[in-house]
Amino acid sequence: MIKEFYDIIIVGAGPAGTTAARYAAQKGLSVLVLEKDRDVGYPVRCGEAVSHDGLLQFIEPDKKFIASTCRKLRFISPNGNFSTIPIEGKGYVLERRIFDYELAKIATDCGAQVITKAYVYDLLKNENGNASGVKALIKDEKIEIKSKIVIAADGVESRVGKWAGIDTTCRIDDMESCAQVTVSGIEFTEERLDLYFGKSVAPGGYVWIFPKGKNTANIGIGISTIDAKEKSAIKYLNEFMEKHFPNAAILTRIAGGVPCAVTIGTLVKNNVVLVGDAAHQVNPISGGGIITGMIGGMMAGEVVAEAILKNDFKILNEYPKKWEKRLGWRHEIFHKLKDSVGNFDDKFFDNLADSCSKIPEEKQSLGQVFRTALWNQPSILIDLAKVFI
Amino acid sequence: MSKQELMIYIRPGKCDYCGCCVGVCPEDAIELMESRIEIIEERCTNCKKCVWACPWDVIEFHRDGVKDLSNKLNALDENQFAKTI
Repeated sequence: MIKEFYDIIIVGAGPAGTTAARYAAQKGLSVLVLEKDRDVGYPVRCGEAVSHDGLLQFIEPDKKFIASTCRKLRFISPNGNFSTIPIEGKGYVLERRIFDYELAKIATDCGAQVITKAYVYDLLKNENGNASGVKALIKDEKIEIKSKIVIAADGVESRVGKWAGIDTTCRIDDMESCAQVTVSGIEFTEERLDLYFGKSVAPGGYVWIFPKGKNTANIGIGISTIDAKEKSAIKYLNEFMEKHFPNAAILTRIAGGVPCAVTIGTLVKNNVVLVGDAAHQVNPISGGGIITGMIGGMMAGEVVAEAILKNDFKILNEYPKKWEKRLGWRHEIFHKLKDSVGNFDDKFFDNLADSCSKIPEEKQSLGQVFRTALWNQPSILIDLAKVFI
Repeated sequence: MSKQELMIYIRPGKCDYCGCCVGVCPEDAIELMESRIEIIEERCTNCKKCVWACPWDVIEFHRDGVKDLSNKLNALDENQFAKTI
């Protein structure tokens, strides 16, 4: 049953939303999570790779939501040269539809309520112009639900922040336009993540192959929207599949967008708090946003709970500070680096992979790859200097 | 300045509802539900950002405007369908 009033309404039941719900509900607050789709965790618009250490902060790795465990990462250049390096710790490829369910279950175990097929189409506002709840379409019925705070976890397509007066538009040159297929019937090394680079392969981005158990994998592409105005992500992906896996059985196809930007400057305004993709809490180089979004969700959930319990909404400003201190500053550096990496031509990646392949595998590391990159292209130093200036 | 005629067109039934276009729309001019997408005509400025961002190739730009376009396209599709049977 939906109540008339909650302490917190969270729009979106992805990892950021349900993590915020979990940490706020843990403090005893009444929390409602509204998800526009009929399922939590589906459709999966995600490459699904996370690090072991990242995951461990929130949930014990469990084989029911882990499709593969990976210990190696391979970079492949346009001419097929490659370099394999071990992953520090280890990485997982998740089953997001089960993983997201688990996170929602944790949130509800803590006391939060989750409702699916609930589309939020506007904010309720009080006389001061602050958000005081949401207007939602639930089972074809328009209803108004009041709350003290609204947390916007509504993803790349976020609009809640805009209704509160925050400009959440992702700059066109920061939006990675993505397409992914989940395939079977072809041979993969199950323990390895593959990344293909190069302007001809994926301008301003990369192609990923993330294994999901034996002979199954997510093969996806992210391209910079601004570098590929005339050709879409799905066309690049189709070309890649035709060249490398013409006989693969395609089990699903999915589109997506990743805001590879710096975090939105205003995370809190008029009783609305942004988390996850909606806040652009995404690693701007890798495009990874599961763990970063959960970290944002945890911080927001805790801070909002404290602000409500102490009845002092000035406390909300602690959330952007916490985010900046832990990840925000780092994402700013990554964002500057992304621009330089995006400018490298195919020859750069070919030479880099060629040089790296001459290093014995046991000696390969990210640091070694970086030193080799520096050797090949001393101008990286200038780009790096830009990052720190 | 008078409002331009709408030139952005989303092919019905082809969209994957991923929200990439909504993320880059500076005018909050796209309404996206679980399996429905609509351009809010009064807000759209035909800036084309959604066309560039779409990973799925389903958002089109029509210089002459999209008024009656859906009718024309539907008629076209029906013709093609008619030819196949």
